[in-house]
Amino acid sequence: MSTAPILAVENLTVDFLSGDGRFRATDGVSFHVHEGETLVILGESGSGKSVSASAIMGLIDTPPGEIVSGRIRYRGEDIVDMPAERRRDLNGRRIAIIFQDPLAHLNPVYTVGWQLAEVFSVHGIAGGEEARRRSIDILRRVGIPDPETRMDWYPHQFSGGQRQRIMIGMAIALGPEILIADEPTTALDVSVQAQILELLKKLQREEGLAIVMITHDLEVAANMADRIVVMNSGKIVEEGPAREVFTAPKHAYTQRLMSALPDHDEHKERADEAEGAPVLEVRNLTKIYQLSPGMFGKKKALQALDNVSFVLRPGETLGIVGESGSGKSTVARLLLRLAEATAGTALYRGRNIFEMDRRELLAFRRRVQMVFQDPYSSMNPRMNVFSIISEPWCIHGDILEKPRWEDRVAELLELVGLRPEHARRFPHQFSGGQRQRIAIARALACDPEVLVCDEAVSALDVSIQMQIISLLADLRDRLGLAYIFITHDLPIVRNFADRILVMKSGRVVEEGMTEALFRNPREDYTRMLIQAAPKPKWDQAQAMAS
Amino acid sequence: MFGYVFKRSLQSLVAVAGLLVLVFFLSRLTGDPAYLYLPLDSTEAQRQAFNELHGFDDPLYIQFGRYLADLLHFDFGTALSRNRPAMEVALEAFPETLKLAAIAMTLSLVLAIVVGALAATKPGGIFDRLATTISLAGASAPDFWVAIVAILFFSVSLGLLPTSGTGTPLHWIMPIGVLMLRPFGLLTQVVRGSMMGVLTSPYIKTAQAKGVRRTKIVFVHALRNALLPVITVAGDLAASLINGAVVVETIFGWPGIGKLMIDAIVRRDFALVQATVLITAIAIFFLNIVIDLVYAALDPRIRHQTA
Amino acid sequence: MSTLSLQTPDAEKRTASGPARIFRLLLRDPLATLAFAFLVVVVVCAVAGPFLIGDLIEKPNFRARNMPPFSLEQGFAYILGADTLGRSLLARLVVGARNTLGIATAAVLCSLVIGGTLGLIAGYSRGALGNLIMRATDIVMSFPSLLLALVVLFSLGPSVPNLVLVLAITRIPIYLRTTRAEVLEVRERMFVSAAVALGASHSRLIFRHIAPMVIPTLLTIGAIDFATVVLAESSLSFLGLGIQSPQFTWGSMVATGRGYLANAWWVAFWPGLMILLTTLSLNILSNWWRTYSDPQQRWRLELARRHRK
Repeated sequence: MSTAPILAVENLTVDFLSGDGRFRATDGVSFHVHEGETLVILGESGSGKSVSASAIMGLIDTPPGEIVSGRIRYRGEDIVDMPAERRRDLNGRRIAIIFQDPLAHLNPVYTVGWQLAEVFSVHGIAGGEEARRRSIDILRRVGIPDPETRMDWYPHQFSGGQRQRIMIGMAIALGPEILIADEPTTALDVSVQAQILELLKKLQREEGLAIVMITHDLEVAANMADRIVVMNSGKIVEEGPAREVFTAPKHAYTQRLMSALPDHDEHKERADEAEGAPVLEVRNLTKIYQLSPGMFGKKKALQALDNVSFVLRPGETLGIVGESGSGKSTVARLLLRLAEATAGTALYRGRNIFEMDRRELLAFRRRVQMVFQDPYSSMNPRMNVFSIISEPWCIHGDILEKPRWEDRVAELLELVGLRPEHARRFPHQFSGGQRQRIAIARALACDPEVLVCDEAVSALDVSIQMQIISLLADLRDRLGLAYIFITHDLPIVRNFADRILVMKSGRVVEEGMTEALFRNPREDYTRMLIQAAPKPKWDQAQAMAS
Repeated sequence: MFGYVFKRSLQSLVAVAGLLVLVFFLSRLTGDPAYLYLPLDSTEAQRQAFNELHGFDDPLYIQFGRYLADLLHFDFGTALSRNRPAMEVALEAFPETLKLAAIAMTLSLVLAIVVGALAATKPGGIFDRLATTISLAGASAPDFWVAIVAILFFSVSLGLLPTSGTGTPLHWIMPIGVLMLRPFGLLTQVVRGSMMGVLTSPYIKTAQAKGVRRTKIVFVHALRNALLPVITVAGDLAASLINGAVVVETIFGWPGIGKLMIDAIVRRDFALVQATVLITAIAIFFLNIVIDLVYAALDPRIRHQTA
Repeated sequence: MSTLSLQTPDAEKRTASGPARIFRLLLRDPLATLAFAFLVVVVVCAVAGPFLIGDLIEKPNFRARNMPPFSLEQGFAYILGADTLGRSLLARLVVGARNTLGIATAAVLCSLVIGGTLGLIAGYSRGALGNLIMRATDIVMSFPSLLLALVVLFSLGPSVPNLVLVLAITRIPIYLRTTRAEVLEVRERMFVSAAVALGASHSRLIFRHIAPMVIPTLLTIGAIDFATVVLAESSLSFLGLGIQSPQFTWGSMVATGRGYLANAWWVAFWPGLMILLTTLSLNILSNWWRTYSDPQQRWRLELARRHRK
């Protein structure tokens, strides 16, 4: 790689106007990529990593955006000040991009065939039948079955993974030299993610593509990168060969990021197996949703849960793991009576939750609390933190008398690692991780014995995820809580859950003690979930060499 | 698809039926028509005879039952003020309004799409500010006043256009112009807003990344998506075009259904009021079905909910 | 934790903004400022004007009969001319403003409260009652509002309360449907689920969690709808089914003036212009507000300042 880089970004500074003034998205960012190389730009949300991608593609709307300074060189030539017509011609032909959310990035009212064929016609390469034939070839190449028929389908008729394949097909249609991949697998299930990353690598081998991959996911980064650029608050904090950055990070921020990687070798066994009469006993839980008919449709039924049974003992942490559509969140909603079960029973200390009357239910809701997935929407934006945390005491009048609320809120805030003065602020003034801490404080306000966490960390940045999980683990030890921890990310619960339930399509496919399950998964599906976390590229190279 | 149309039809029929009941009883509240149709010095006996002749002396529920029974035979009663079958009178007037409304709606829709889309491509630019101000003025203008000022200016001062009536193509200009004001103003706003939203959506970025030309992005990639909300608004506006028609037809002496309805209400011509209401409701009912079909044609996501 | 330092100053700036900042941004848009100033003048006239004018509106001044505008012969009150009875048009416009705005305000408030309440019920209960409400709305919506108003007004007899009632009825569906749609959306939000999981009662969910989210939307619609109601009232009064003599609004003033178009155009012209300017100002302001309240568009207002600097 001694040749000149095919793409070089030099000192790029981009500002945006927002409703509250001007804000600097990237600040003097420089990086480059060579032919056949994969450069990963790693950063958490708001680090400015996607802005550099948009700048390369000329996708920044000015205003509100403004490229304050910097050069972007494609084969040595600056494309920032290039005449618009020539700049436009590079897009799609020489430089292409795929995005995070393929459904939003495909035009909903045109067929995918039309959108694919357009790439050829726009650049005057082929039109009509010829463009169609080539588009079919492309679809076949990115692994869409039966491409002749699927050409005339609309984006909403494909699955998430297939849509991303189509996006990739559109990007590589004209054999570009540079592919920018902006969080290409973030919206996908882990199993699909592995397939998409494989596809990208295959195309890179075949075409000698230079890939600039933008991601917040450490494992994806390790899996793809030759070199890595780490960004934080619009600046590059570290840059180097992937293995070096991962194994010997120099900058403090990178070190903190890397510490969030789950450690595969070490497992802290918790003292004893949980004992005692179960707090919760779920038997044959079944839920069938009657889907409301669409504008032109007929009624449909969806079986979300099919005979799910499990128990939860005091002080125990049960991990429920599954991909989207596995029914794992439905379990939480049913247990908390946020939706009605179709069949089955759930006993809380011997009493069926589904048959409780108002008074019993109210008592039950003091003992079993929930932490929701999205800390942005799980709190009323018009209530301040004090009102949010004290709401349980308004509802259950007998928990705490009013004069003591102030002190107790301060206590709870400190318990979850926030400061008492935060009580007067509103949710939007906090970061995602802090909001999740507030949500936990609210759940703790009525002294529950069971906490149901539904994807409680999946909306958070990786470094924050670990902080929240260790907070939960700490609370478990101090307050003797039992958890049902629902997640799509199996590795994340390895150091946290005592027992794991693996779900797929509404059924429990495997259940076992955490360590046993990780060491000897019985089901292929479980094995896939464990291995789906991509392996570092340097390990793969070694494996291939040996 | 047919199942859907059937369901919508049923819903609308219930609405039309409810409306007819409402109009029937409300119009009966307005007073005794005999006072309006007989000479001022008519005797009590004469009025009695008049009411007996037209069945106005029966209790309301009997009158209503008779009305329903007649409806089943497609008998919509006699228009007292003209001494002709009510439906015949209404059906004569209806096409006049339909022509006026269809032309005004088509023109405003086309104009609004072009102006709104162009304004959205460069928000804050000269054209956008001009288009926004003009369309806001159109949506804000009291149509009756504009009609009067137009007559004052074009007919009285300049003598260019006829003040009222039908006949020559010149007669169409002012009624259509006034009728267009509100739909044009509102639709331009909707097109502009919807287009601005669509132009910031992710799939526009994809098109840019493919290297598609700006004009093609605006008029092919964005426009079809931007039209979806416009269709809905246009449907509502088309229905409320009747509002404008009442005013315009009254001022310009246009023999349409709006003017007819006003006359019928003022003259307590119950059968005629009911006939005009029925026709308008049925027209709006068909309009709604057309709107839904157009929407489905534009948006494959709706089409495919059949599966 | 590290993100707190980044977010807090920004957020504090936002909460500190309040009305002062809105006003500051408003002043940067000349058209919106003009609209705002005009509305302030109209409202002040409507509230205080009639006390200043006294009996000027009913006092015939035969020397001023059909007096054309822009002449100070009879004093400033006759600057806009006089009608066939020689009554000052300026004075009548001021009193007309009070009636026009008063009726529209009452109608908007009625439809907002009734529509909002019914929408809340229809959205929250989802049962037979909700269905019944929606079907009734369909009936009202399925017919041109002006005709409905005409039929109802004619049956009930024209009077100010009836006028308000009719205007309110034709506008209720807008509030009802918006409220219902918002409630349906808000009740699916996670913070409502969270409150349910805490054991919150129905009244707590409705009044503490759902209603506060819906009310700002309703107020915004109310402001936008005000212009429509002014126009609807004017049309009805123009057609003679709205306000009845001797009371008058701008709409009925146009109707009166229509008869004298050929020799005294100003009698019909000024009140119509007032309607136009009022509704236009309202629409310009609500348009401005839409840009302001959309965080994705608000930068445009900031940009306007930078150009002018």
